[in-house]
Amino acid sequence: MADTILDLRNVSVRFETLDGMVDAVRGVDLHVKAGETLAIVGESGSGKSQLMMAAMGLLASNGEASGVADYRGTNLLGISKSELNTIRGRKITMIFQEPMTSLDPLYTIGSQLMEPIMHHRKVGAAEARARAVEMLALVRIPEPERRMDSYPHEMSGGQRQRVMIAMALANDPDLLIADEPTTALDVTIQAEILELMADLQKRLGMGMIFITHDLNIVKRIADRVCVMRHGEVVEEGETRALFAAPKMPYTRELLEAEPAGRKDPPLPSAPKILDGTDIRVTFKLGGGLLGGEPIYLRAVDRVSVTLREGQTIGIVGESGSGKSTLARALLRLIPSDGAIVFDGRSIAGYSRQQMRPLRRELQIVLQDPFGSLSPRMTAGQIVTEGLLVHEPSISRRERDRRAAQALEEVQLDPALRNRYPHEFSGGQRQRIAIARAIILKPKVVVLDEPTSALDRQVQKQIVELLRDLQAANNLSYLFISHDLAVVRAMADHIMVMKDGYLVEQGTPDEVMDDPREDYTRRLMAAAFAD
Amino acid sequence: MTDTSLPVAAAGRSLWADAWARLKANRAAVISFYYLILMAVICIAGPWITPHDFTTIYQDYNRVPPSLEAYPKADAIGPAVEDAVRRVRLNLDGWEQKDGKVLIRVSSAKPIDDRVAGYIDRSDVFEGSAVAEKSEDGLHMTISTDIERKYFFFGTDNSGRDLLTRTLIAGRVSLAIGLLAGIVAVVIGVLYGATAGFAGGKTDEIMMRIVDILYSLPFIFFVIMLVVFFGRNFVLMFLVVGAVLWLDMARIVRGQALSIKRQEYVQAAEALGVSASGILLRHVVPNLLGPVVIYMTLLVPQVIILESFLSYLGLGVQEPMASWGVLIAQGANNIPGANWLLFFPSFFLTTTLFALNFIGDGLRDALDPKDR
Repeated sequence: MADTILDLRNVSVRFETLDGMVDAVRGVDLHVKAGETLAIVGESGSGKSQLMMAAMGLLASNGEASGVADYRGTNLLGISKSELNTIRGRKITMIFQEPMTSLDPLYTIGSQLMEPIMHHRKVGAAEARARAVEMLALVRIPEPERRMDSYPHEMSGGQRQRVMIAMALANDPDLLIADEPTTALDVTIQAEILELMADLQKRLGMGMIFITHDLNIVKRIADRVCVMRHGEVVEEGETRALFAAPKMPYTRELLEAEPAGRKDPPLPSAPKILDGTDIRVTFKLGGGLLGGEPIYLRAVDRVSVTLREGQTIGIVGESGSGKSTLARALLRLIPSDGAIVFDGRSIAGYSRQQMRPLRRELQIVLQDPFGSLSPRMTAGQIVTEGLLVHEPSISRRERDRRAAQALEEVQLDPALRNRYPHEFSGGQRQRIAIARAIILKPKVVVLDEPTSALDRQVQKQIVELLRDLQAANNLSYLFISHDLAVVRAMADHIMVMKDGYLVEQGTPDEVMDDPREDYTRRLMAAAFAD
Repeated sequence: MTDTSLPVAAAGRSLWADAWARLKANRAAVISFYYLILMAVICIAGPWITPHDFTTIYQDYNRVPPSLEAYPKADAIGPAVEDAVRRVRLNLDGWEQKDGKVLIRVSSAKPIDDRVAGYIDRSDVFEGSAVAEKSEDGLHMTISTDIERKYFFFGTDNSGRDLLTRTLIAGRVSLAIGLLAGIVAVVIGVLYGATAGFAGGKTDEIMMRIVDILYSLPFIFFVIMLVVFFGRNFVLMFLVVGAVLWLDMARIVRGQALSIKRQEYVQAAEALGVSASGILLRHVVPNLLGPVVIYMTLLVPQVIILESFLSYLGLGVQEPMASWGVLIAQGANNIPGANWLLFFPSFFLTTTLFALNFIGDGLRDALDPKDR
């Protein structure tokens, strides 16, 4: 019988805000045993991260934790910071979501790895270095000896996350807490990291707490699952049992949140609405007055796209594959070479001014529901900004009415139109962004990862909303995403891109179930592995 | 849709309202805010209420220390009588104080003119002098006079001017320069910086190199040159200080504009077909204002200090006008004999700067809560 490493009893976390006390976690009981992987699942705001932050003494200054976090007889919530420092970083370690920012860009990988080793084990530099190299080899970084002297910017996101794991494991911890460690990574890399973590966990026999919102990952890695919502534990159980027979309605809802359904292709006779031929986009890096020789980067290389009325083309690929760049080039938001025909007009040579009247028919919905809405405008103002440009003659009252109508179309309460973006949730913001695009009655909408920053259930709702809007308004979509499950539910034609090239295209069934290219096959294996 | 009535929309809470609520929760900032208002009111209204004009010279009260009691003090009346009598070239036979009046007995070899009473009045100490008694031959006279009571709460300066009034007048000048030069710097800086940042590319390059060139000019030579060309005047001070400090503002605003330009909501606006000026006015400038407001509260003290520095060097405002810097310079020359000349203006200056800095800090925290 494995012993319990960390036992949380009745842990609550509260934050003091301007609007009074906010309860983030309300009396949670949890435990994790040695050699066990516990997944904590929940939508954003469920308190899953704050719970672990509290146990590690990492809460923001306006937060306070109560209850007991028992680590082998020591209550982590009751001890001083210096006592806590003998445990955290050594016995309990943590990995965070963002591999880009959790390494210090000023120091080499080696020195960042060696520092905690020297600190916690009280060993000299030579010994620490040997251990660091060993750790890098353990997380399967090629040429670990040489990589010790690399700086974080010289490594890819996946490699950086490996370094973070190496750092967390260097002191033989009892417990590893991983807070969404793979969310910021591409699916193929994500699969590798997960496999690595599962393997290491087994070999080192430590306990692991895996915080995530992605149930696919849970299924793959966890022994036990704990579902959280609104700061409370909804359900807890063995992974297999919980997936097979969820007891609580909320858990069932989570499990069924996978976007479902298929989209039928438009009739072959449907007119071409947007047609790009041999699109090339080149970025110039450096150069300028004192910059020296500029470097030219080919972001999109001779890709052709034909979008028909009522069609949804899904563009998939890893980050840096040029899928967003291609879409922006088609909308003439960035300069490109190649022919673009929109609605019978060749717009490739159009200037900014010439494009302006066409903008109402070519809309875009961007990925980040937090960044894409100006924080100083109300929802109503944001939604009607396009009307201000394209129908300057209509009255303020009429604009207000149109705003209310558009918000209703995206299933938002029009009474909220005087609220500011920060008063909405992520899903609501994305609805506002969609309302802003459709209020102009466009013909083509580019959806640039519109669901990536959202929780699974919200994703499902947005996907359904987008499909309804398409059917109602005969819209054509260019749907960009790295999330293949969502693409499958949305698109009737899929294009796979890599390094600026088009690798493969076809219907979802062709591309996803029977990929011809090696790269596509790898992508699908990583995305749909069980 | 026939039904055009709209559901009543609940009012939202803007970021500004949020920031205001956070600022109100910051005690230091609120106290500083009230202090600053009080300071402004005192400096504006004070000189009308104080009993002295800031240019009036009281020869008999050179460098008197601050006191809550009225001048002249009891032991100062004797010397004042002697002084006044000597000035009209009469012999002092004696004096006494009776019922709040002073009786002065004087004599002379020649008959005394009645008008001497008026001459006695010229002293700052006496008023309402009149001939009380005169001998038959006109060689002896008794003059009765009231004592003129004056209050110098902050004492007087070397020329016998009331320091309280002068400090308040100086406050008007310093605060006005601070505010106006601050506004000049902000207006130029925001327009220039936002244009450079938003236009980007070659325009940005050229505009910022101009800023670099201006940066490399030594500030003091620049001021001296302007003073030589245009003479010393009040308006020039605003322009000089404002013209130098907008450079910082322009750099800050340009950086902000560059990052805002890459925000997704600007891209979204571009995709909506919004024109460049629309983006600048609706998206870039409103989102810039936070840092600008913060920097402005930190700029005003900087301007006041710069002005003080220039005045200290003798390049600032001219006598009999004063600014806090001028008064501090004069006070510094009178250490240790008359330390109140340094103490009061410096106290006013430093507390004002303190308050401004606290407000700036409070605003920073209020407008940018996630950086705390």
